[in-house]
Amino acid sequence: METSGKISPKPGDVLLMVGTMKGLFLLSSISTRTRWKVSGPHFTGQVVYALAYDGRAGKQRIWAAPQSWFYGTVLSHSDDFGVNWSVPETANIKFPEDTVLSLKQIWQIEPGLDEEPDVLYCGVEPASLFKSTDAGETWSLVRGLHDHPHRPRWEPGGGGLCLHTILLHPTDRNKMYVAISTGGVYRTDDGGSTWRAVNKGVIADFLPDKYPEFGQCVHKVAMHPSQPDRLFLQNHGGLFRSFNGGESWEDMANGVPSDFGFPIVAHPNDPDTFYIVPLDSEMRCVPEAKLRVYRTQDAGKTWKPLMRGLPQKEAYETILRDGMTADQLDPAGIYFGTRSGKIYGSANNGNSWKLILDDLPPVTCVKTAVIGGEIHTKRTTRKKKPLRTTRKGK
Amino acid sequence: MQATFIIPGPLREFADGQSDVVISATATTVGQALSLLWEQYPALKDRIMTEQGKVRQHINIFVGEENIKYTGGLQTMINDVNEVYIIPAVSGGVY
Repeated sequence: METSGKISPKPGDVLLMVGTMKGLFLLSSISTRTRWKVSGPHFTGQVVYALAYDGRAGKQRIWAAPQSWFYGTVLSHSDDFGVNWSVPETANIKFPEDTVLSLKQIWQIEPGLDEEPDVLYCGVEPASLFKSTDAGETWSLVRGLHDHPHRPRWEPGGGGLCLHTILLHPTDRNKMYVAISTGGVYRTDDGGSTWRAVNKGVIADFLPDKYPEFGQCVHKVAMHPSQPDRLFLQNHGGLFRSFNGGESWEDMANGVPSDFGFPIVAHPNDPDTFYIVPLDSEMRCVPEAKLRVYRTQDAGKTWKPLMRGLPQKEAYETILRDGMTADQLDPAGIYFGTRSGKIYGSANNGNSWKLILDDLPPVTCVKTAVIGGEIHTKRTTRKKKPLRTTRKGK
Repeated sequence: MQATFIIPGPLREFADGQSDVVISATATTVGQALSLLWEQYPALKDRIMTEQGKVRQHINIFVGEENIKYTGGLQTMINDVNEVYIIPAVSGGVY
């Protein structure tokens, strides 16, 4: 299958992948990130909720999960930045017959650790985890999670009963976290054989028991790989952090206009810096129609708004759980897409923003990678470098 | 009995570009005829059926002018003059 438009990012360039309700768009820029080339739409008319770039072992592979309203969903990949896409003859992710479940949607694609270049994970709806150990050729349901006794009591949130977050421990391949809406956060310490709910302290204000063992509507969880026991969670009402691998959580909604939102994103180089976009919990748009990203630089003790270059009136914008991402450059590029089809980007850690692209279909997913860099997740601890929060000379 | 499947445009790339596919082997039900269709064009199966063997929610199959939802589903009988239409359901207004 061929597509129109072409990008050809070179090593060091930035790739931005934008999933929308009606197709996929690919953007590329040199590292200045001031001008972008655009390719697409790919998978015209199909919803794309999950994207990933796999740069392990010399690959330059984009993974996408287009979903047809009529014909279901498959995982497709491109090794030439969208010129050609794989067309699997049969659906590559399927529930086994005995589960009596059918795949509704793929919500997350997560390449495995660098030392396991053929391992991939997918989080899907209905909430389940699939794993491939042959670079995506075949997939298996992770039975340890599927057979968890909590599973029959997980309930769908507004987006469906989805497993939307997969966080791999950077040095311990047996340890990982997943998050489910609504089910909460689950952790395995034995490579997926067994899982336990780790939600102590995370509120579920829509249940009689406000702090249940599981059942929270977790919207997204982020981790910095240099501090893998510290987790940062955007809840359906509530912002939480855990400094002990999810054993307990504490509120960190300090100074935000709303503790409701969807995405939470780690800065690539500073383990204390995270980004969110608070939303009004009723309208599900940014509060007061002012588009502001909030950033903490002290691991959630305080949050400050970032608004330079973002509209501060009549901006009725919504950013979904996978609608924000960060590249690996220094200073980091931060990007987000809106339900109104706008892509904003910052090339300076979020200090200032520019509109990159407008008039797209509603944006469901934004992912990025630096070509030829450590694309997926940095696996080594980097010395913390203070972020410059004002322009040079000020 | 023979059945002629009418393939929707987006799926014709999985049927050698054909709009009509004649199943010449013996089949008495829609389910049997579909199984024969999969034998010829395996890539059609997962795009029309779920992994649990059900017709996808937004696909309709008609034998002649009758939607099999109301005539016995995959057990609907076919006869030698029937065309079997695979048609994406009407949609719109959601997004």
